[in-house]
Amino acid sequence: MTAPATVAAPPTTADLAERLRAGDRLALTRAITQVENRRPAAAALLRAITPHTGHAYLLGITGPPGGGKSTLTTQLIKALRARGERVAVIAVDPTSAISGGALLGDRIRMLEFYQDNGVFIRSMASRGVLGGLAATTGEVTRVLDAFGFDWIIIETVGVGQGEVAVAGLADTTLLIEVPGLGDDVQAIKAGVLEVADILVVNKADKEGATRLVTTLRGMLSLAHSTGWSPPIVKTIAAEGQGITELLAEIAKHRAYLDTTQQRAARLRTRLRAETLDRAGDLLLARLTALLDRDPAFAGALDDLAARTVDPAAIAAALVAQLGA
Amino acid sequence: MTTATKRKIRVLVAKPGLDGHDRGAKVIARALRDAGMEVIYTGLHQTPEMIAEAALQEDVDAVGLSILSGAHMALFPRVIAELHKRGLTDVLVCAGGIIPLDDIEPVRAMGVRGIFGPGTTLDEVVRFIRDNVRTEDTA
Repeated sequence: MTAPATVAAPPTTADLAERLRAGDRLALTRAITQVENRRPAAAALLRAITPHTGHAYLLGITGPPGGGKSTLTTQLIKALRARGERVAVIAVDPTSAISGGALLGDRIRMLEFYQDNGVFIRSMASRGVLGGLAATTGEVTRVLDAFGFDWIIIETVGVGQGEVAVAGLADTTLLIEVPGLGDDVQAIKAGVLEVADILVVNKADKEGATRLVTTLRGMLSLAHSTGWSPPIVKTIAAEGQGITELLAEIAKHRAYLDTTQQRAARLRTRLRAETLDRAGDLLLARLTALLDRDPAFAGALDDLAARTVDPAAIAAALVAQLGA
Repeated sequence: MTTATKRKIRVLVAKPGLDGHDRGAKVIARALRDAGMEVIYTGLHQTPEMIAEAALQEDVDAVGLSILSGAHMALFPRVIAELHKRGLTDVLVCAGGIIPLDDIEPVRAMGVRGIFGPGTTLDEVVRFIRDNVRTEDTA
């Protein structure tokens, strides 16, 4: 292989949807790029695959940096593959606010599956979006879903307390906690603890694990009941311990969502939010164009700077103009 | 919103073969990140199959191979063959580390387009990648 010129030219975006449905992994990866970058071909692609989505189960994994999210993901992949299920992973890492670049390092702990066609791991940079996911993570799950994966594991950036976006996307959300990161008050704060379906106390062989479990159990007992009380599962992900128990709890939660129709309800909530998001994008683009280019608003910034009007008044005028 | 639509250059930084010196690879990874690229680093001791499979799943625009073991004449053709086997013919392949002068032309002929030895500045590497990655949407 010393003459690259003899190799066929890379295929085009035209038939991506068909090719990825037929199991072409090159088409899959290029389709994800189109969607992630919101390239012109992405809209048609997503439209074409939508009827073929809805099969995959979405599992969110969130928790503090260094808590063992990638290691736990690796163990879950192994266990699911042993049952013959196909697994995709989206691993989100933060984008540098300074340079716009990112170092995506979750993959380094998931290298062992490189010969397994039933596993596909994709790193995504958050690209300035807060909340623990990237703007297009939801759309990328649809591409992986249409390809035919049974499970899509979404690993968030290492979160603090407010990064709850994954719970809006995933069917089941795991929150990983590890001993030694804070006192009881940390657990009282609002945030990720409230949206987790299953709590995982990882590094359960470390000092303080038992106390952490007790604290979390106390916290959960105070939460108002929604019909599902999040179980607490102890794991030592690095040694593969607790994975069977964790999968059993995931299966229970899945059954609970199905029997109570909540999976369908969550899907509707998610689709409603995504629809409004996209509508917001479209509207904002039109409003921006109006403000920047429409003669009616030529003096708007001068008036604002002179403090003769306030931003809310201009905003109302923009929206009125849009409807006119 | 518009920042999300801007195209980012994605680069895989990999260490094929058996040498355990990854300081250089990590410095390069950091420099590319600081230049605004999205860098996937896969660590030491990667086989050609592992590198090509990671390049496919991550859909990178460029692959940077760091090698100090002297096995480049054996490993690089295999990496390129594995990339091509997966249809990744438009991925820019670069190499850094210790590649003797006599080997530079043969390595280039294999399809390694950027070769960066000791003394290369980080700026040169960044600029080369920016100027030579694929530009149009291919799939």
